[in-house]
Amino acid sequence: MYCLPPHIVLSFLAVCMVVGIPAETLQAGSFHPETGEELSDNRTFSYRMLDEFPTLDPQLNQDSEGFDVIRDLFEGLYNQGETGNLVPGVAERHVISNANRTYTFHLREMAKWSNGDPLTAFDFVYAWRRAVDPATASPYAWYVGLSMISNASKIIAGEKPPTELGVTAVDDYTLEVHLKQPLPYFPEMTTYATFFPTHRATIEKYGIAWTRPENIVSNGAYILTEHVPKEYHTRERNPYYWNNNATFMEKVTGKVVNDENLALTRYLAGELDMTGVPSGQYPNLVADYPDEAKSVPILCSYYFAINHTDSAHPALGDQRVRKALSYAIDRDVIVQSVLKGGQYPAYSFTHWATAGFRMPEIDYMKLSQADRDSIAKSLMHEAGYGKENDLKFTFIYNTSEAHKLIATVVAQMWKQKLGIEIELVNYEWKTYLDIRSTQQFDLARAGWCGDYNEASTFLDIMTTGNTINSGRFSNAEVDLLMQEAKKQADPQSHYSEVETILADEMAIIPVYHYASAFMLKPDVKGWPYDNVQKQWYSKDLYRVKEM
Amino acid sequence: MASYIIRRILIGIPTILALVVFSYLLIVVAPGSPFAGERPLPPDVLANIEARYGLDRPLAEQIASYVWRIVMDFDFGPSFAYQDRTVTDIVLQGFPVTLTYGFLAFLVSVLVGVTLGIVAAIRKNTWLDYLAVGISIGAQALPNFVMAPILVLVFTLWLGVLPGGGWQGGQLPYLVMPVIALSTSFMASIARITRSSMLEVLNADFILTARAMGLGFGRIIFSHALKPAMLPVVSYLGPTFVGMITGSVVIDMYFSTGGIGQFFVNAAINRDYPLIMGITILTGCLTVTFNLVVDVLYAWIDPRIRY
Repeated sequence: MYCLPPHIVLSFLAVCMVVGIPAETLQAGSFHPETGEELSDNRTFSYRMLDEFPTLDPQLNQDSEGFDVIRDLFEGLYNQGETGNLVPGVAERHVISNANRTYTFHLREMAKWSNGDPLTAFDFVYAWRRAVDPATASPYAWYVGLSMISNASKIIAGEKPPTELGVTAVDDYTLEVHLKQPLPYFPEMTTYATFFPTHRATIEKYGIAWTRPENIVSNGAYILTEHVPKEYHTRERNPYYWNNNATFMEKVTGKVVNDENLALTRYLAGELDMTGVPSGQYPNLVADYPDEAKSVPILCSYYFAINHTDSAHPALGDQRVRKALSYAIDRDVIVQSVLKGGQYPAYSFTHWATAGFRMPEIDYMKLSQADRDSIAKSLMHEAGYGKENDLKFTFIYNTSEAHKLIATVVAQMWKQKLGIEIELVNYEWKTYLDIRSTQQFDLARAGWCGDYNEASTFLDIMTTGNTINSGRFSNAEVDLLMQEAKKQADPQSHYSEVETILADEMAIIPVYHYASAFMLKPDVKGWPYDNVQKQWYSKDLYRVKEM
Repeated sequence: MASYIIRRILIGIPTILALVVFSYLLIVVAPGSPFAGERPLPPDVLANIEARYGLDRPLAEQIASYVWRIVMDFDFGPSFAYQDRTVTDIVLQGFPVTLTYGFLAFLVSVLVGVTLGIVAAIRKNTWLDYLAVGISIGAQALPNFVMAPILVLVFTLWLGVLPGGGWQGGQLPYLVMPVIALSTSFMASIARITRSSMLEVLNADFILTARAMGLGFGRIIFSHALKPAMLPVVSYLGPTFVGMITGSVVIDMYFSTGGIGQFFVNAAINRDYPLIMGITILTGCLTVTFNLVVDVLYAWIDPRIRY
């Protein structure tokens, strides 16, 4: 099929704007084709970014705000839908064979790069090999290893060449992927940036400068048109996108505003269509702007790591002491009086809203706080620690007002209920990571956000030797169950059992499950509120005429 | 004078070199890796990244090759944290921004500060003095991190006349608030230094003589008193000027200017070695240069000073 080169298409659009042809005549109409809502003439969307993203290179990205942009500029095999469900992207469908170890993806022939080049399976092969190639030095190379694609780990270690990666282009529109062991959620993993295709000729021509607006060639619904680091960037519709006719927003602007309160002021002044709610302000904002203040669960858990190694206070080796610490925390106070942003108290690690996950019955979850407190006291007594025992633990956290507040409140609860002294120590981020990863603490603040929407993204952390398991918890039964879970069609029972063991051993102290509180202009529709990974695509957004 | 300037420039070179070596050692000694995150990187992945940036080599070799690349190719290396950019890219984008608002803020603070200081001194203990001192103390009491949000609240949200942030290539509406917020506290300091130094000069014998000889008031102030009164102000202005044009993290942060001040602080937080080094060298060179400028200005203001 012959296609107009992009500069002709763009000039045509520019002429339309100048001579005043309404934009909607280029589209289906001024009503939303599915909902029938009348669309606004305003087809722009601007949102606040906390900071500048480190990169727009899909294979190098590890940043969530960078991923928000990359998802618009590039498209992988699949996208996430409203609830995080898989929606076809470049792949129209896939077939699983070879005892669930081979995935054959059939790509759409309509898919093109933003310079008009056809997008083929070879582009995926190039990008995926690039992700694991030691020369690329991607900090996210491990993600490909996690996806179980054959030879990924060996290539990262430099033991095999990137061409040995278990991915081949059978022809232009057929991509075959070989896994070293079955992984039921492999297609879900392809919705992350690391697996997006990249344009070889552009990368080879421009080197690290290939992601600049003047150089970039991408395949998503939008193209990058302006970018001033730490100030703003704009992305505009890509006329070559295969589903461009179903895209509504013409232009999306991301503005960097570091300070959350200032961002709110600018939102209220009409300079932004979306921004986060500053901590603690959600109740007031929801009262003043009920149509605009939202709070939805997101796939992150806040917990305290307990040091299980010899460097910790010996009392923490006693399961009863660990339990007492956890029981004595009044999570409702933290969620309702400190955070006030729609968070959920957590008694288990995996976020309650994780897809396909049912919260197991954790014994202390159902108790009243008064009961939990009295159990905590008797556990301490049983373990031989009374108020006179003078227990003192070090609690470390990274410098932040929010963490400080939670740490102070919890330390007070432990002191009042159990007589435990807590020495609160804060470090700036990188120093804190250094200290935490070398187990120089008794208790440490920690948080984890799921890489993909499946419970193993949380529970794998609690296995022996996992690098994120900073307290070095180790339990042979947990290791075995998590290994077995990967082979199950429905691993829920394994996950429930793991959570029960974690609660019984009190491997970590779960505190709360995150919620994301944000302000969104009421005429902006199509926001995926039920996507717990907060993966929104500008192509799905539209604005309706205000009444 | 020329030989003095050449000598100072020659001394500047080892100063900068010492700064490079000392800064490099300091950041490498600081705890925390540039590539540490909530998820510690697997050893193989980390090894690949360190090899790419040459961090697997001995420290002395790293410093030597860093200096060599700067001297031979003027190459300050890639940024660790912003993988799509080199340090030179970031400085070339951010420095013109801070140079613009910093220079304007400098002009404003000098003009207003010196005027307030002079007025306060020559009308000592009158309402004009109290007003000028009041303004300067008020400005001092409002640091830029307090000023900035207040300005945005008033001019963006309430009055709706100025954009709440951004730079847009330095268009006037985007300049107003950063310049005001940055200049106020410097203006206050300059006013106080000018006032006290002017008062001292006005009580000096040569001024009394000039008065006794019946010289006009304006002539005394502008021809005789102003120049000597400016000496302490000028010595304050040298480092202040460098501080202002290399940006303020608060201004960059609140007004999203894309300036270099915020990159500097973030580079330290991220342990982005090449970026810290690049901006340190820039600031170092500017400081050396402007200290020299101040010394030359001294000689011009006070002909008794000889080098």
